[in-house]
Amino acid sequence: MSTFVAITISGLALGAVYFLVASGLSLIYGLMDVLNFAHGVFLTLGAYAGWAVAAHLPQQHWAVFLVTAAAATATGAVVATATELLLIRPLYGNPVGQILVTIGLDLALVGLLLGGFGSDSRSIQVPGWLTAVTTIGPERIPNGDFAALGTGLAVLGALTWFLSRTRYGIIIRAGAENRDMVRALGIDVGRAFTVVFAVGGAAAGLAGLLNSVAFSSGLVSPLQGDQMLIFAFIVVVIGGLGSIFGAAIAAMLVSLVQVYVTFYAGSGGGLAQLGNMSVVLVLAIVLLARPRGLLGRAA
Amino acid sequence: MTSGQPQPAHAVEAIGLHASIAGSHVLQGVDLRVPAGGVTALLGRNGVGKTTTLRSLIGLVPPSGTVRVLGRDVAGWPVHRIIQLGVGYVPEDREVFSRLTVRDNLRLAETGREMNYDRVYDLFPELKQRSRQLAGTLSGGQQQMLAIGRVLLADRPVLLIDEPTKGLSPKFVSEVVDALERVREAATILMVEQNVHVVRRLARQVIVLDRGRVVHAGQAAELADENLVRRLLGVSA
Amino acid sequence: MTVTGGSGMTGIVDRLKQRPPAGPPAAPRSRRVAAAALIAVFALIPFAGFTVPWVLPGPADIVNSTGTLDVLGLGFVFAAVALGYDVLFGFTGLLSFGQVLYFAFGAYGLDITLSVWNWPLLPAIGATLAAGLVLALVLGAISLRGRGIAFAMVTLAFAQAGYYLIEDNPHSLTGGDTGLVMSTGRLPEMLVGVASTRNLYWLALVFLILVYALVSLVTRSQTGAVWLAIRDNERRAEVLGFRPLRFKLASFAVSSLIATAGGMVYLLLVGTASPDSVASTTVTVSILVMVVLGGAGTRWGAVAGAMVYVYLQQYLLKVAAEPSFATWPAVFRVPLSQPDFLLGVIFVLFILFAPGGLSGLASRVAGLAAAGRSRKEPR
Repeated sequence: MSTFVAITISGLALGAVYFLVASGLSLIYGLMDVLNFAHGVFLTLGAYAGWAVAAHLPQQHWAVFLVTAAAATATGAVVATATELLLIRPLYGNPVGQILVTIGLDLALVGLLLGGFGSDSRSIQVPGWLTAVTTIGPERIPNGDFAALGTGLAVLGALTWFLSRTRYGIIIRAGAENRDMVRALGIDVGRAFTVVFAVGGAAAGLAGLLNSVAFSSGLVSPLQGDQMLIFAFIVVVIGGLGSIFGAAIAAMLVSLVQVYVTFYAGSGGGLAQLGNMSVVLVLAIVLLARPRGLLGRAA
Repeated sequence: MTSGQPQPAHAVEAIGLHASIAGSHVLQGVDLRVPAGGVTALLGRNGVGKTTTLRSLIGLVPPSGTVRVLGRDVAGWPVHRIIQLGVGYVPEDREVFSRLTVRDNLRLAETGREMNYDRVYDLFPELKQRSRQLAGTLSGGQQQMLAIGRVLLADRPVLLIDEPTKGLSPKFVSEVVDALERVREAATILMVEQNVHVVRRLARQVIVLDRGRVVHAGQAAELADENLVRRLLGVSA
Repeated sequence: MTVTGGSGMTGIVDRLKQRPPAGPPAAPRSRRVAAAALIAVFALIPFAGFTVPWVLPGPADIVNSTGTLDVLGLGFVFAAVALGYDVLFGFTGLLSFGQVLYFAFGAYGLDITLSVWNWPLLPAIGATLAAGLVLALVLGAISLRGRGIAFAMVTLAFAQAGYYLIEDNPHSLTGGDTGLVMSTGRLPEMLVGVASTRNLYWLALVFLILVYALVSLVTRSQTGAVWLAIRDNERRAEVLGFRPLRFKLASFAVSSLIATAGGMVYLLLVGTASPDSVASTTVTVSILVMVVLGGAGTRWGAVAGAMVYVYLQQYLLKVAAEPSFATWPAVFRVPLSQPDFLLGVIFVLFILFAPGGLSGLASRVAGLAAAGRSRKEPR
């Protein structure tokens, strides 16, 4: 029974990472009607940036990880901003084109990473604390889980504050409801587009780092972002496109289903992917019962 | 346009304005001139292009032809730049942001210059009382007040208002009309309105559209003539 | 695949014809002559024993070498699948990320029936096609309950589920990660013997021609006109009296059936089915790129896009495999070692600057040429 708690915390921590990725996707789709397939590569690049920076830092003190995390976050933000300015903006008014261009960007950048690094993984240097395990009563919980959970909660709080208290946050929420009316109030929605991409990219970069550290034994690989992206999409659609809170709930739902099913169903005899398939099944059920997702706005 | 020119007599002009929506050629060469100051009513039967005219003037529907706002040629400009010249737009279905509070709805309309919340709350005291309420939970009349209130927050020389009294109870109609009466001194208002009584009370000029073109432009006083009204609008006053 | 409806349909179609939907006009004679010539050239390639330096995608420089024929055959198969996808995306306006599921179903279906259950060839083909069609109708009806993005996501989800299912190797049917090799015991001699490369090449070519004819027929029919109407303005199609769901499902079924058949031909050509080669999102993206690169909604665009894509990809792989490649400076070596980078960049450039794809560019060139000719004509 003690493993149940450990599994649950692990699932919640994974959910926190899903939330980090899904929140950006959800914001971007909510405001801009763009399905950003390049989000996965923001994640991967964030992880690689973390790897590159951490290799030059002394890893004795846990606070050094903050620098690594900052590098990952900043990289995600910068790449996302460049994407919005160079690729998305010119295609304004062509939503299908915008989706396709993100697919193309993903294809090209992952190809570049594969060309440069091969499909082998690299290992990120992290402070000892992060790879250690904390014992609480009968439970042994990896500290990476705490890091992920803490980060997820912090970002949820920060995003909620941003959306409800700042002017750009209000513009983004209003724009998700009615872009034209925001323009008709004299506001340049295009700047909000860039902000939303930057915020989404930052969260994705951070998620990439956490994913590597907490759930991939510290490894970064060119394909990790795209593998995570599928689940992030599922989370976003289940939670409701455009809803941060929905993304949070859906992220927990998806990660817990995935983790419980994988653990309790065992891994032999054709059931290895059952956890993943269950998630897909949940998606199909939710979409058919409630096409706009749990907390999504009406189409 | 060089600076130092005198204020144009017409606050809004359109010459040969064409516009299409979803493949349908709605505006087929609208020529209109809205004199500065006072209320000009834009009339016409359903479907002739009144709303499309307003939306084309500010670029929400891409126009072809010439559009001038406050003396500047704005056809092809992005919507927000046209608005920033000093235009307020109150759309037909109010389009308040239902998931934002009343206060946040008003905040969005701030332009960074002198904000006159007093004026808005003075005209519409209910907005002050309900300032923390979600706009989606307001009644139709209250939403209309919010929609009008937000364009009055800053001094905007041109107001484009689309059917402000549509679907409102008589109490709200008279509140809206009172508010517009007080505002019309300081601004140029181009107002689409189906209610002929409201038009008679507020408007100085009228422009009548039919099938995408202007068919009549004159003084509002002429609308006292029932025959004219019936001929142009197909309704009895 | 036709949808008939009696006299009511005639009246509706008349109304539709009053407002002809935008679409490619019937091919002028010059186009048909060019197409026939092209088919003839491709049909004769297996007899072309001469050398052409540099440009061939296979390892050898002889035109009718196995390598070249294999690549061209692959191109034909994907051209057909891309055509099928174009019906759904280019003509009906439905962005689906799930057609790869049917491609995989065709490949694995044929593989399992032939290799694991030991069926003879024709029943294996028939059963796979029939089952694939049923699957498409069921999943299509479910997916189409969602509009726009929801539809796209559900199709993606189903395709991913298929991928996981194959990886899981239930009852040891699919061979999991490593794939399932096709056993050739039941195949006719001409598909497996010494001359099989040529015969498979012609099989793929004939398959492409048949699919092209089918797609041409269907997209030029009344059903095709309704598809275009749905693509351009679904509400108006509804107002005109059509029930979009039926037509969308028909489009979905046609597209999926072609994908299933394509999967089967792919298996015959390549001899193995593996999850990464027939069921992954990589394949989905490839097909999407092919269609957009060639020009969505123009039929021959999808074919051209697929041929160019497969050629580029195989050519780049050949270049990267050559021993001298390792000595290139990193700034060239790294981007070119993965065809995906170049293909992704080309894709992005096309979306930004040439959204009509190759066929769009060709039209522009033809337009300029026509303008040049008319200017030279005496007034």
